[in-house]
Amino acid sequence: MEMQSTVSDAPTETLRRIWETPSGIYGQLATVDHKTIGKRYLVTAFLFLLIGGLEAGIMRAQLTRPGEHLVTPEVYNQLFSMHGMTMMFWYASPILSGFSNYLWPLMIGARDMAYPRVNALSYWTFLLSGIFLYTSPFLGQSPNDGWFAYAPYSLGLYNAGLNMDFYALGLIFLGISTTVGAINFIGTLINMRCPGLSMSRLPVFMYGTLSASLSIVFALPALTVACTFLFLERRFGMHFFAVEHGGSAMLWQHLFWMFGHPWVYVVVLPAMGMVSDIIPVFSRRPLVGYGFVAGSTIATGVIGFAVWIHHMFATGVPMMAMTVFSGFSFLIAIPSGIAVSAWIATIWTGRPVFKTPMLFSLGFIVVFVIGGVSGVVTAAVPYDWQVSDSYFIVAHIHYVLVGINVFAVMAALYFWLPKITGRLLSERLGRWNFWMMFVGVNIAFFPMHVAGILGMARRVYTYPAGVGLETVNLATTVGAAIFAVGILVFVVNFLWSIRRGALAGPNPWDAATLEWTTSSPPPPYNFAVIPTVGSRDPLWEGRVIGEAPSALALRSTLFSGPVLDHGRQTMTTSAIDAAQPVPQSMPADSPWPLILALAIAATCYGLLFGAWWLVGVGIAGTIVALAGWLWPTALAGTPQSDPVTVGAR
Amino acid sequence: MVWTIATEACLFVYLLFSFVYLGAQQRGPWPPQGPLSLSLALPNTAILLLSSGVYMWGERGIRRGSQTQLRVGLLLTFALGAVFAVIQGIEWHSQSFTAQSDAFGSLFFTITGFHGAHVIVGLLLNAVVQIWAWRGTFTADRHLAVTNAGLYWHFVDIAWLFVFATLYLSPRWM
Repeated sequence: MEMQSTVSDAPTETLRRIWETPSGIYGQLATVDHKTIGKRYLVTAFLFLLIGGLEAGIMRAQLTRPGEHLVTPEVYNQLFSMHGMTMMFWYASPILSGFSNYLWPLMIGARDMAYPRVNALSYWTFLLSGIFLYTSPFLGQSPNDGWFAYAPYSLGLYNAGLNMDFYALGLIFLGISTTVGAINFIGTLINMRCPGLSMSRLPVFMYGTLSASLSIVFALPALTVACTFLFLERRFGMHFFAVEHGGSAMLWQHLFWMFGHPWVYVVVLPAMGMVSDIIPVFSRRPLVGYGFVAGSTIATGVIGFAVWIHHMFATGVPMMAMTVFSGFSFLIAIPSGIAVSAWIATIWTGRPVFKTPMLFSLGFIVVFVIGGVSGVVTAAVPYDWQVSDSYFIVAHIHYVLVGINVFAVMAALYFWLPKITGRLLSERLGRWNFWMMFVGVNIAFFPMHVAGILGMARRVYTYPAGVGLETVNLATTVGAAIFAVGILVFVVNFLWSIRRGALAGPNPWDAATLEWTTSSPPPPYNFAVIPTVGSRDPLWEGRVIGEAPSALALRSTLFSGPVLDHGRQTMTTSAIDAAQPVPQSMPADSPWPLILALAIAATCYGLLFGAWWLVGVGIAGTIVALAGWLWPTALAGTPQSDPVTVGAR
Repeated sequence: MVWTIATEACLFVYLLFSFVYLGAQQRGPWPPQGPLSLSLALPNTAILLLSSGVYMWGERGIRRGSQTQLRVGLLLTFALGAVFAVIQGIEWHSQSFTAQSDAFGSLFFTITGFHGAHVIVGLLLNAVVQIWAWRGTFTADRHLAVTNAGLYWHFVDIAWLFVFATLYLSPRWM
C-alpha cells in the first residue's frame, strides 16, 4: 500500500527534488515538464499569431485603396499564403496544444502527460518546422499558392522555385509534431486520470481536445500523402496531379479537404471546450446539458469527416455527391446549435459575472453565430456557386476562426494565465482589449460579406476604382487596425501583469475543477498528494443550488491521498471509470527529443536543397536518436499488465 | 503503439484511395500496360503471411516461458521478412514501367515504396527485440516489446494484403 498523507504533511521537498528540472542550458533543452512545454507552446504560437497578423496588415494596407502598388502581385501571393499557413497550422492548433499541455495534468490530478518525452518532441518539431517555413521569406521564395495549394499551379511547370517545396516539406514536418502530440493527448486522457475522475466528470475542454486528437490521427495522413505526392511530382518527375500524364488536379483537392475539413474542427473543438468550461464559472452554476455538449463535441468531430466536398462544389463533382455532402454540411450545424443553446441556458439560469474572460466568451458566441450562419448558407450548393472564391468566403472563414478560436483563446488567456504566472491581468485593460477586438472584428469582416456579394474575388492583389468596392475595403482596413491595437493591448496587459498584477492565489475565480486546487503557479510536482474525485465540480461540492448539501459534500478527497515519492511517480487508472489506481513511474528529462527533432529538421533542409549528404546525416541522426531514446527504458522492462507503457514514452 | 498503427493505417487508406480514384478517372486501360503479373507477388504474399504466423508462434513460446521458441520465431520471422524485401526488390526491377512514366507507375512505386519502408522498420524493430531475446531479457510476464514489435509486424502484413488486393487484383475486375 502506498504512503498516504495530507497536503500539509506531504514530503514536498522530496517531491520537488524529484520533479524539478535543474536550471542551466542542459535542463532547459532536456526538460519534459509539461508546464514548461505548455508555456513554450503558448508563447511560440502567440508569436506566430503576431507574425501572421503582420502579414495580414501588409495585405490590408495594399487593399485600402483601389489600384494600390505597395506590394507586387507575387509578393501578395506569398503574403496571403504565408498568412493562411501561419494562422491555420502554426498558430490556431498549437496554441490550443499549449493550453492542453499546461492544463491537462492539472485538470486530471496527474503529475505529467502520459508520454513526457513525446511531449518535448512535439514542441521541438513544432518550433523547428516553423523556423523551416520562415526560412522561405529570406530566400524570397515563400509558398505562393494559398494555404490549400491547389494543383496545377503548385506544380513545377508553373512554379519552379522552392516556394511550394517549402509548403510540402514544412507541412509534413509539422505533421510529425501534430501527430505525436495527438497520440499523447489520447494516451493521457485514457490512462492518466486520478481515481474517481471518470469520463462523465471530465472538463468539456478535454472532450474537445480528445475529439480534435482523434480527427488528427485519422485525417492528418491525407495531408501527408498529398504533400508527399506534391514533392515527388515537383522534384522527382513523378505524376499524380498533372492531367497530361494520367494524374488529376482533383486528387489534390480531395486529399487536401479530406484532411482540411476535419482540421477546421481540430482548431475549433478544443476552443469551444474551453469556453464551455469558462462560462459556468462566471455564470456561477454548472454547465447546462453537460452530456449534450460533450456528445455534440464528439459528433461534430465525426460528421466533420463527411463534409469535405462542400469545399469543392464549384469544381464539377457529380450532383449526387453534392447533394449528399450538402446534407451533411447542414447536419453539422445541429451539434453546434446544441452547444450554443447550452451556453445561453447556462448564462440565462445563472448569475453572470462580467469579468474579461466572460466578455470574451460572450463575444465568442456572437461572432461564432454570425460565422455559423454564413456557413449554413454556403452549405446550399446554388448559394455556394455564387460566392465561391469571393470575399464572402473570406468573411465566413474569419468569423468562424476569429470567433471560435481567437476569442476563445483570449478568454482562456485571461482565465488561465493567472494560474500560469501567478498574477491576474488588469480588468481595466482587459475591457479595452475586448471591446477593441470585438468592434474591430465586426468592422473588418462584416463588410467583407458585402464585398463578396458584389463580386470581389479573393486572392487578387488589387481591385479597380469605380465598381463600388472602395468603402467596404476601407472599412475592412480600419477594422483590422482596431483589432490589431486590441491584440497589442493584450500584450501590454500581459507584460504589465507578470510584474505588477495582483497575486492570483490558488483559485482567483472561485472555479470548480482540479487545476484550481494547486498553487499559482503550480509546483513542479503539481499535486503533493494524488486527489480522489467524486463529482464533476469537486471544488463546488455542497454549494450547488438545488442539490442537498449532504448529497455532494465530501464526495471528493482533494487534500489527502497517496504521496508517490519513490522517484517520478503518478497514478494511472482504468479507461472509463478511473478505478483501480496503479502507481506509474515516469521518465525523467532527456536530450533525445531535441536531437531527434534536429535530425528531422536536417532531413527536411537536405530534401529542400537537394543536399543528399545532409539527408544522410538527418536519417542517421534520426536512427541514433531513436535508439538512444528507446534503449534504456526498454531494457529495464515494464510490467505487461500496465496499459500506459505501450509505446515509447 | 495502437494509435501509431491507427494513423499509419490511415496513411495507407489515403494512398490506396488515390490509386482507386485515379484508376476510376482514366479513359484508357488501368494499368496502362495491363494487369500486373502475379508470378512473384502471389508467392511473396504467402511468405509475408507465413512470417506473421511464425511470429505468433514465437510469442506464444515466451508466454509459456520458452526462450528457445521465442528466439527461433523471431529469427524465422526476420528471415522471411528479409526474403520478402529481396523479392520485392526483384519485382521492382522487373517492371517495364518506371516511377516517372505515368501516374500508374508513380503510384505503384510510391505505394510499394511506402510499404517497403514499413517492412524495413519492422525488420529493424525485430532485430532490436532479437538482441534482447538472445540476452534473455524477456520472461513469461515481461515481454511487452515482443508484443509491440509483433503488433507492428502484423500491421505491415495486413497493410500488404490491402496493397496487394488494390494494386494487383482489383484492376483485374474493374
